Amino acid sequence: MRLAAIATAAGVFSGLFGVGGGAIVVPLLVLWLGYEHREATGTSLTAIALIAAMAAAAHAAYGNVDLPNGLLIAAPAIAGVLAGTAIQQRISERAVAAAFVVLLVASAAVLVF
Amino acid sequence: MDLVGLLALGFAAGMAGGLLGVGGGILFVPALVIFAHESQLEAVATSLVAVVLMAVVGAWRQRGYGNVRLRDGLAIGLLSPLGVLVGVLLANAVPERALELSFAAVQLGFAWQLAGNAGLR
Repeated sequence: MRLAAIATAAGVFSGLFGVGGGAIVVPLLVLWLGYEHREATGTSLTAIALIAAMAAAAHAAYGNVDLPNGLLIAAPAIAGVLAGTAIQQRISERAVAAAFVVLLVASAAVLVF
Repeated sequence: MDLVGLLALGFAAGMAGGLLGVGGGILFVPALVIFAHESQLEAVATSLVAVVLMAVVGAWRQRGYGNVRLRDGLAIGLLSPLGVLVGVLLANAVPERALELSFAAVQLGFAWQLAGNAGLR
């Protein structure tokens, strides 16, 4: 039930702002389901892969996807995610939580200003 | 096209995905608008290709580290389309500024609670 609520909240955010919803999924997994932060980020990425795949398919049907550019920017992103996950295993849960808090505050600031 | 800018922001988005579990659209989309001169709509659509590839690789790595509860992740992903529909309807019905401000408030609330949860305040 709580998973369905998290899924809906992520979907609403995704539909509203055109992003994957990770900024919603991670806090809810931690606060509602008692996830550790690392687990929350790993599980969130799994959900995001599915959410973004469905959204990409819908956008592709309208012909808005520029596949060469998508692949071009995906290449450094894959290198980045390999580095990011490796670094994440070497820092404390508390540091992961702190970084996430910074992300939320920064993102809120971007929305307001 | 500014290749260096595109590659740098792409890498940063991937780092954010790996460290924080987010999709990185917040970086991919402006990168594609600014450095590849795409329209906002094209950039959102194109960024999703990168989000999918980055998230699949990230989830695979995190699974190797024992940080993925696969059933929960798949359930959230598969149950999200209903929410997307609600979000799209809301986006068309409610003034954008009200949406931005209410979402910013939600994020600050989460930040406050997470900070307390992790003993940061």
